[in-house]
Amino acid sequence: METVFTPLQSLLGGVLIGLSAVMLMAFSGRIMGATGILSGIVTPTSTSEFAWRAALLAGMVSGPAAILLATGAMPVVQVPVPTPMLIVGGLIVGIGASVGSGCTSGHGVCGMARLSPRSIVATLTFMFTTAVTVFVIRHIIGG
Amino acid sequence: MRLIVSYFVGLVFGIGISLSGMANPAKVLNFFDVFGTWDPSLAFVMGGALIVTFVGYRYVLRRPGPMLEARFMLPTKTDLDARLIGGSALFGVGWGIAGFCPGGALPALGTLMPDVFVFVASVAAGIWIARALQTFTPAPAA
Repeated sequence: METVFTPLQSLLGGVLIGLSAVMLMAFSGRIMGATGILSGIVTPTSTSEFAWRAALLAGMVSGPAAILLATGAMPVVQVPVPTPMLIVGGLIVGIGASVGSGCTSGHGVCGMARLSPRSIVATLTFMFTTAVTVFVIRHIIGG
Repeated sequence: MRLIVSYFVGLVFGIGISLSGMANPAKVLNFFDVFGTWDPSLAFVMGGALIVTFVGYRYVLRRPGPMLEARFMLPTKTDLDARLIGGSALFGVGWGIAGFCPGGALPALGTLMPDVFVFVASVAAGIWIARALQTFTPAPAA
């Protein structure tokens, strides 16, 4: 499935993602990691730890509605993979990000921005295995 | 106050993700498909997010602490161990299969598309499985 190259819109989106990470650190002293936020909700350690993450998640989920209000259209979400692949992929993402202590936002943005060696290694590792996985699925199995 | 700030931070993240294309698996998978339907947009997402966070953290982390909490909660681990590398490698395989990552999918829940709920529920199950299998609890995932 072809998608349109959107450098400016993607750059603006990236700037806002960065801004939210800086705001969370400035106000709450926390790393903006989506996996950490989801883990704190599904395996909560205390009420206060749960509450700020739930509020953050509520804000995230309001994002598409804000786009709808501003532009008149929901953001485009195209899922070019069948449901079983979403389930298997999701399980692997959850296990991998838990064991590896982070995902694209935690390691890829916040950790890399801190020049954390662990996050740099983690990000290079998953960018590589993601690319290999996409290549194998699309050009070896699918080709 | 804390919860209002959290909500607002989440909203900025959610709008950013929605604009960026990270909530769209077709776009994410095309970023990695250099030999197929390549779409380099996500490099601009990563670039924009990294520059802003890099500069912003420089200013923020110079302060004695955050505004609403006692101190900065930064990861303290420094070892490049098998868990970090193995877990991250696994994460990439899942990302390549599904096209969603957690940061892309959580805001996408707001589109109310059933596919997004299926993916997020699977990630939650994966996190739960990983926690259940661990004999000791390491530092929380970032």
